[in-house]
Amino acid sequence: MADIDIDKHTGTATTGHEWDGIKELNTPLPRWWILTFYACIIWAVGYWFVYPSWPLAQSYLPGLMGYSSRANVAVELSKLEAIRGDKMVALATAPLADIEKDPALLALARAKGKVVFGDNCAACHGSGATGAKGFPNLNDDDWLWGGTLDQIMQTIQFGARSGNDKGHEGQMLAFGQSGTLTKDQIVTVANYVRSLSGLSTRQGVDLAAGKTIFTENCTVCHGDNAKGNQELGAPNLTDKIWLYGSDEATIIETVTNGRAGVMPAWTDRLDLATIKAMAVYVHSLGGGK
Amino acid sequence: MSIWNRHKIFETNSLVLIVGILLVVAIGGLVEITPLFYLKSTIEVVDGVRPYTPLELTGRNIYVREGCYLCHSQMIRPLRDEVERYGHYSLAAESMYDHPFQWGSKRTGPDLARVGGKYSDDWHVTHLKNPRSIVPQSVMPGYSFLARTEVDASRLPDHLRTSRIVGVPYTDDEIANAVADLKTQTDPDSADVAAFTKRYPKAVVRNFDGQPGNPTELDALIAYLQMLGTLVDFKLYNEKANLR
Repeated sequence: MADIDIDKHTGTATTGHEWDGIKELNTPLPRWWILTFYACIIWAVGYWFVYPSWPLAQSYLPGLMGYSSRANVAVELSKLEAIRGDKMVALATAPLADIEKDPALLALARAKGKVVFGDNCAACHGSGATGAKGFPNLNDDDWLWGGTLDQIMQTIQFGARSGNDKGHEGQMLAFGQSGTLTKDQIVTVANYVRSLSGLSTRQGVDLAAGKTIFTENCTVCHGDNAKGNQELGAPNLTDKIWLYGSDEATIIETVTNGRAGVMPAWTDRLDLATIKAMAVYVHSLGGGK
Repeated sequence: MSIWNRHKIFETNSLVLIVGILLVVAIGGLVEITPLFYLKSTIEVVDGVRPYTPLELTGRNIYVREGCYLCHSQMIRPLRDEVERYGHYSLAAESMYDHPFQWGSKRTGPDLARVGGKYSDDWHVTHLKNPRSIVPQSVMPGYSFLARTEVDASRLPDHLRTSRIVGVPYTDDEIANAVADLKTQTDPDSADVAAFTKRYPKAVVRNFDGQPGNPTELDALIAYLQMLGTLVDFKLYNEKANLR
């Protein structure tokens, strides 16, 4: 770099390269930028010693502050517990009925229950708990497994057909698949079932025969008066609330192939206070017994 | 010529530049990647994590094929809000048999690291076919073709064998039974269930898609989703020993 070429218009040195008569200025970086750059390098060296950094033969440099993201989250969670304080403990220990009697606890349980419902239950039961085909509406007073606080709690904790030992069992049998009923018999009984809740029936179907089929096959679970049995999760067939649908084709499908919707068990996933809050929330939705 | 001008040697000689770049990258790799293979603290020692069953592995391949990772992460970070919503933060051990891992960094949908057991199979069937039929505000595409597509198991033994090369401890027995195990996992009435669950402890045997017949891609994907995050028993997990 013996002879530095100075651009006569700007007074700045050029790089010495020339392309078709155009030369490139060699403007030095601003001093503040250079100094910040060197400061960053020094900062990085300091960082090595303060935070976990270089790997070694057996371990790694843990850093002077003993930083650990996993320890941090444990601290954060215990802080959260402290903030929530006695009320959460009360929620976990108080009997369910007492939670509803204590206005402060009830407000807490409903607020927490609403949030947890959104995170865990809304995917199936809907964000307004209105349910969907195969997933019960929790706002009405029609309950498959019972609508008292304790029953709701039991269902949330252990589920239905969830694989949990304490979960609800019992399912709608596949009368068609198993060959128990013929196709004609299923059509007949499906129409009879529709007649139970005052729905129209197909012309020419013998409802008396349907009643006989119903008595022989269905009353074991759904009861003599077809009002259901919450021990078995057998729905009431005389009301206008239908889990899978009330049209003839859906009822025929139900009787032919059976139904066994699963409610997961939450006992291993959520703590007791959370589950109780959820039970209180669901109970308060409008249909709680 | 000051030392700062020596880079002219690199800039004017491409071969020297290439060698220089390789050298710098190699040092970076040596420092940043190699230690992960020998440091014992990289992967926690936990009970319960096992290689994927053939059906789960097939489901995992469908997950990758359909690009689920573009909207779903599988990594619960050690942050308060995430632990509150999704459960225990993810462990390295939980994805030790993932090639490649599905941690992801984009959450248009929720994190799936612990989705196993959270919803019923029926829900997954309905939701995968048409998400909006059950979650009206969802923007997820429907995957109804999965229910109509039978699993192509022809490459499965090769896949297990290849996984073994990169460190997944599949046994000869598991490779030999891969295609049979695929079917067994969707058939609770099969006589081979006991042998299957012995090979893959904690594996769930169910007709995941609720349809009769051969395993479909829907079976495989649901089997995979239903086992995510379920293998480690956190009641036995030593929190203190695994602080990082």
